Amino acid sequence: MENDLHLSQHISKRFNQELEEVRNQVLKMGGLVEQQVSDGLVALLEGDKALALKVVKNDAKVNAMEVEIDETCTEILARRQPAASDLRLMVSIIKTITDLERIGDEAEKLGKNAIKLATEQSNAKQFVELRNLGNSVKKMLNRSLNAYARMNVEEALDIIQSDELINEEFDNLTRLLILKMMEDPREIKNALRISWCARALERIGDHSQNICEYIVYLVKGKDVRHTSLDDIRKNILADS
Amino acid sequence: MVDRSSSESLLSIDTEINGTVGQCFAEDAKMSMRNVNVFYDKKQAITDVSFDLARNKVTALIGPSGCGKSTFLRCMNRMNDTIPICRVDGQLLLDGEDIYKKNMDPVLLRARVGMVFQKPNPFPKSIYENVAYGPKIHGLSSNKAELDEIVITSLQRAGLFNEVKDRLDSPGTGLSGGQQQRLCIARTIAVSPEVILMDEPASALDPIATAVIEELIDELKEKYTIAIVTHSMQQAARISQTTAYFHMGQLVEMGETKNIFTNPTHKLTENYITGRFG
Repeated sequence: MENDLHLSQHISKRFNQELEEVRNQVLKMGGLVEQQVSDGLVALLEGDKALALKVVKNDAKVNAMEVEIDETCTEILARRQPAASDLRLMVSIIKTITDLERIGDEAEKLGKNAIKLATEQSNAKQFVELRNLGNSVKKMLNRSLNAYARMNVEEALDIIQSDELINEEFDNLTRLLILKMMEDPREIKNALRISWCARALERIGDHSQNICEYIVYLVKGKDVRHTSLDDIRKNILADS
Repeated sequence: MVDRSSSESLLSIDTEINGTVGQCFAEDAKMSMRNVNVFYDKKQAITDVSFDLARNKVTALIGPSGCGKSTFLRCMNRMNDTIPICRVDGQLLLDGEDIYKKNMDPVLLRARVGMVFQKPNPFPKSIYENVAYGPKIHGLSSNKAELDEIVITSLQRAGLFNEVKDRLDSPGTGLSGGQQQRLCIARTIAVSPEVILMDEPASALDPIATAVIEELIDELKEKYTIAIVTHSMQQAARISQTTAYFHMGQLVEMGETKNIFTNPTHKLTENYITGRFG
């Protein structure tokens, strides 16, 4: 990113520093959120109540980071009135941290449900599909954050495409859970909990996709939200 | 491993100027400039610049000091005629009429294409006389009542009337900087121009006076076509519909203001508006 958007080439050294700092804050927040999702998933699949409690508690840190970065961005907007790629960087950061905060909320949901499931001594481990969905989502989030750090548009487009796979896995798991509930109505309560976790994971996929769309906006200056992937590619190829 | 594919397209935008990028031509052009070159003696100040001023729009000309934007503005109402070593090549058309043709009277032209300068420069006369001077010499009124009407309307349109209506006989130089600048704008519009050229009209004013002038410019575009040279990027972003970026005498990029300030095409434009090393 340093090289891509020439962030360090402003005449004002202080401005270079401010942009570098806010960018580092976002990467740090991304790292924290990634850890939260990963921990939430382990807590859920392994029935680890202590870890689940930690995830729930740590969500406050994610929220605090969002507020802090928001403040930094507001200050930069007020003091520097950034334009062009600097402006797009600010907008993409403000939007990205909203999605990161929401991902944090979804991770917290994993934690809360993991606590309840562990208390009822129900085992989420039996659902291989849940593990698969969790791993796919984790990978998608990780790739999105890397693509953000590297301002990699091609990778971002690839990731947007991979959301389809996650939706498929989510549908499969939902079908399986419905089957379980029909087989044994006593399992409905816990099956619903698993279903909520699956929903949370699927939402994390959607938020990761949003982050990838902001990468395209930041680097290419094109808003590709609510557009089909084919159109996005055409739009960007036409430009370059 | 860091994938570089996304960065290549950005880095490949070179800093050379190969003609103008963006949209230089308007569907409804009030003024059309074609292949304009300007020389001060042997030194070329403007190189092959072509673009249109869209009717009833505000066009901002931006660029670093010495890039030729003021020189260009002055060509548009032949202010450069007064500089003996200055030579203008190419075509400048006002509603299709060549403003440099032989029988064009520069005085009449400057009534049609008015100018407002960086430093407010009222005549050392009363507020009334400042505004009435132009209509008088151009014979725009046949009696005192008509002249009064022109002066009052012009002052009203310039947003100054309410502040000075009780002291129209006091000297124009006694007004505040912002008021003086609005007086100069009133003086310009008193001769019913078609185009108003502004050369950094707010750079000597405080933010409140600047806001008043900017609001005025926005209102004036309903009746006039406006070109404004400004060093303030935020000002260009706030008041213009089209922005033209000049660099070393060339028009590098021109386009819709919102595009120029969010996603400029040329690297030089990007560097200038974001305050990067060029």
